[in-house]
Amino acid sequence: MSEQDQLPLSDENVIHEHEQHVFQLRLFVTGASPNSSRAISNLKDICEAHLKGNYDLEIIDVYQQPLIAELEQIIALPLLIKKAPGIERRLIGDMSNTTKVLKGLGLHIDN
Amino acid sequence: MTKSHKKQQHSIAHLPKTSTGITGLDEITSGGLPKGRPTLICGEAGCGKTLMSLEFIIRGATEFNEPGVFMAFEEKAEELAMNVASLGFDLNKLQAEHKVKLDHVHIDRSEIEETGEYDLEGLFIRLGYAIDSIGAKRVVLDTLENLFSGLSDQAILRAELRRLFSFLKEKSVTAIITGEKGEGGSLTRQGLEEYVSDCVILLDHRVINQISTRRLRVVKYRGSQHGTNEYPFLIDEEGISVLPVTSLKLEKEVSSKRIPSGIPALDEMLGGKGFFKGSSILVSGTAGTGKTSIAAYFANETCQQKKKCLYFAFEESPKQIIRNMGSINVDLQKHVDSGLLQFYASRPTLYGLEMHLVSMYKNIKKFKPEAVILDPITNLITVGSVSEVKSMLVRLIDFLQEEQITVMFTALSLNTIVSEQTDEGVSSLVDAWLLVRDIEYNGERNRGMYIMKSRGMKHSNQVREFIITDKGLDLVDVYLGPEGVLTGSAREAQKLKEKTGVALRDFAVTRKDKEIIRKRKMLESKISSLQAEFESTEEELNKIYIEEELKQQIIENNRKEITKMRRGIETEKQIRSKK
Repeated sequence: MSEQDQLPLSDENVIHEHEQHVFQLRLFVTGASPNSSRAISNLKDICEAHLKGNYDLEIIDVYQQPLIAELEQIIALPLLIKKAPGIERRLIGDMSNTTKVLKGLGLHIDN
Repeated sequence: MTKSHKKQQHSIAHLPKTSTGITGLDEITSGGLPKGRPTLICGEAGCGKTLMSLEFIIRGATEFNEPGVFMAFEEKAEELAMNVASLGFDLNKLQAEHKVKLDHVHIDRSEIEETGEYDLEGLFIRLGYAIDSIGAKRVVLDTLENLFSGLSDQAILRAELRRLFSFLKEKSVTAIITGEKGEGGSLTRQGLEEYVSDCVILLDHRVINQISTRRLRVVKYRGSQHGTNEYPFLIDEEGISVLPVTSLKLEKEVSSKRIPSGIPALDEMLGGKGFFKGSSILVSGTAGTGKTSIAAYFANETCQQKKKCLYFAFEESPKQIIRNMGSINVDLQKHVDSGLLQFYASRPTLYGLEMHLVSMYKNIKKFKPEAVILDPITNLITVGSVSEVKSMLVRLIDFLQEEQITVMFTALSLNTIVSEQTDEGVSSLVDAWLLVRDIEYNGERNRGMYIMKSRGMKHSNQVREFIITDKGLDLVDVYLGPEGVLTGSAREAQKLKEKTGVALRDFAVTRKDKEIIRKRKMLESKISSLQAEFESTEEELNKIYIEEELKQQIIENNRKEITKMRRGIETEKQIRSKK
């Protein structure tokens, strides 16, 4: 796997031994809106490509659970919250910018 | 402004409004904020935006039974609750009762990575849920602009804001959106006024001459009349109060009832009855002419008639006034004790003119007096220009006349242009103007009082001397002698002089009387002596005459005797022959 070959970097967001840590991801979407659909498919692609078998993705429809919006301080949607490993990170948008998503997740790819 | 907004037609029926419950604001907006529409409150930092919007929510929940949602982008719920606790509002209790819902929106750019297109649906869901959970009728978003600092995609944000406002209208909640004042004349930094076209209120916090005044202005209110001026507002322990200070119409009730001034001689000058109820009286004069004493007499008289009087002191403390008035036989303390008299003392420099006005307004509303005294208004000049003081007094007089409260101002007139202007400026507003003046003559200073004007009543045109003694105040007629107007000891001297004159004349009169008597006596004695002389002459003459007669008689007798003697024989013969 490409991330296993990755060298440790000084960046604090970089998780060195993430194969030991399962990525806990929660994606908040709003029904089947274009942004939501795109976000789901984009994120799944990224995860499959970079975190295969090492992630736990939960997709939540905020329309179904409006109370969670206040609890999770949700404003902009779609929203991806990386709960673990490392510090919590929030990513908003349809996940179309892969570089930014990876950076947000603390993953670095050598191209 | 978009054209579609301008094209909006308003029905002839009145625009439905939501009462804010904030003192004065409903009067200015003639009923409150537009119901079911968003209102923008903007202003600089620290001008009271958050407090005003929070009070809107709290008053709605407590007074109008309209639950409200407060979405705070700046402060946390606990901080807000603590901030308003000082104003006597218990936010936590209201939250527990489901009347108010606080929602703190935390947004931090550093925690967020933007990875593509997004929208603010989360905020909508959150807000919608909050509204639905308590059935809110009021919503506050404070300060929406924080979104701009948290999110970078301006295009998305602007589109979403437009959607937010239509969302709020759909929800038919009366909303307040706050925004910080932008640079260069724009109302808000992010141009929020673009989206809120129904009602915009601008708050302002200005410092002039080191004195700060908060002001409020309704910049626009579509489909409704509203006051367009800048209105001062006050934040105190009871929340915000805005003062709709200028009454636009001159349609006040008037009373022809009269109230005494407390100085009988003054009432006498005013047609014998005193001032009109609800009128305004100006007492002006130079320093130490007894203006405060006149005011205190008036206060005393009002209280003695069991009416309430409110005394605004800008120069002396209440205790000082009470002590000083004790020296002229006016006991104000007992009225204070009985609750009829209330003092309200403050330094003019404590706050700006407008704030003085607001606080006076509040105090008058609370105490509901029949008479109000402002002593002295001249001191207010220190915190404002002449024209400002005048406009403030106009508004105060307007308000007082509406409430049918009699007001007495005292004004110190110095011989400077500024204060003369004050006199003139105010004098055209007041109904009665008493002028107390120094009359310097003969090495002493005395007080003279004139009635410069007294609208709608007969009044004396005379100058009276105004006397302050330890028994009280009184007016006496000044002496108008051949040397002009005399007052004080000159008047007394003139009186003495007259007394002397009278005594001298009396003396002269008695002396002449005596002479007449003497002369009469003299003549009478002369007459009697002449009479005696005449009598003696008469006697003399009579004596001679009698002597003559006696002599004649004696001679006659003698002749008869002789004759008798001669004819004696013959007689005997005759007697015999007869026999």
